[in-house]
Amino acid sequence: MSDETQNPLRDAIEDAIGSNDVILFMKGTPEQPMCGFSARTAGALQALEVPFAAVDILPDPRIRQELSALSNWPTIPQLFVRGELVGGCDIVMEMYESGELAELLGAEPEQAPAPTVDAAQAAPLSIENRLS
Amino acid sequence: MTTTIATKEELKQRIEAAIPGASAEVRGDDGHHFQAVVTAPAFAGLSRIAQHRLVYDVFDGELGGRIHALALQTKAE
Repeated sequence: MSDETQNPLRDAIEDAIGSNDVILFMKGTPEQPMCGFSARTAGALQALEVPFAAVDILPDPRIRQELSALSNWPTIPQLFVRGELVGGCDIVMEMYESGELAELLGAEPEQAPAPTVDAAQAAPLSIENRLS
Repeated sequence: MTTTIATKEELKQRIEAAIPGASAEVRGDDGHHFQAVVTAPAFAGLSRIAQHRLVYDVFDGELGGRIHALALQTKAE
């Protein structure tokens, strides 16, 4: 297992979680998801028209290892809001359907949506580039 | 790690054995993808994250591997 004292990849993940209010770790991208669970989760965020950052975990298996070690959550996708793990696909979809997700994200689905930029921002970190 | 194919009966039995008072309804016949509804008094007062973690912990290291996917719904009662 990896040593916690020298772990730039984990630091990069922590940094990304800390510096993005809404960040989704997923397989693929919101435009081109590579797994149905990731697709549904990204779709819920897009439906609420909230801006979110997305990180594709597929380029390197160590991203997923480090993320799961950090979050103590075994599966992908993982949604973080304001630094806190909200859940994976099941929890996010349950919260989307109950309206809790809109509430958590400050979205107002019943009213005219506020003008937003593209729902999916560019990935905030290119973790794959940090690996030799 | 064992490589035998997972079954819904095995998942149900392991969840119910590990979480006090739990009753689990597990579906899925392909050996890899399962859906479970787990009801347990132990979930009372816990966040969804914490409830799901209790179930995930039963299959530590197997989710994403031997058990490709476990869709979960948890209820306190």
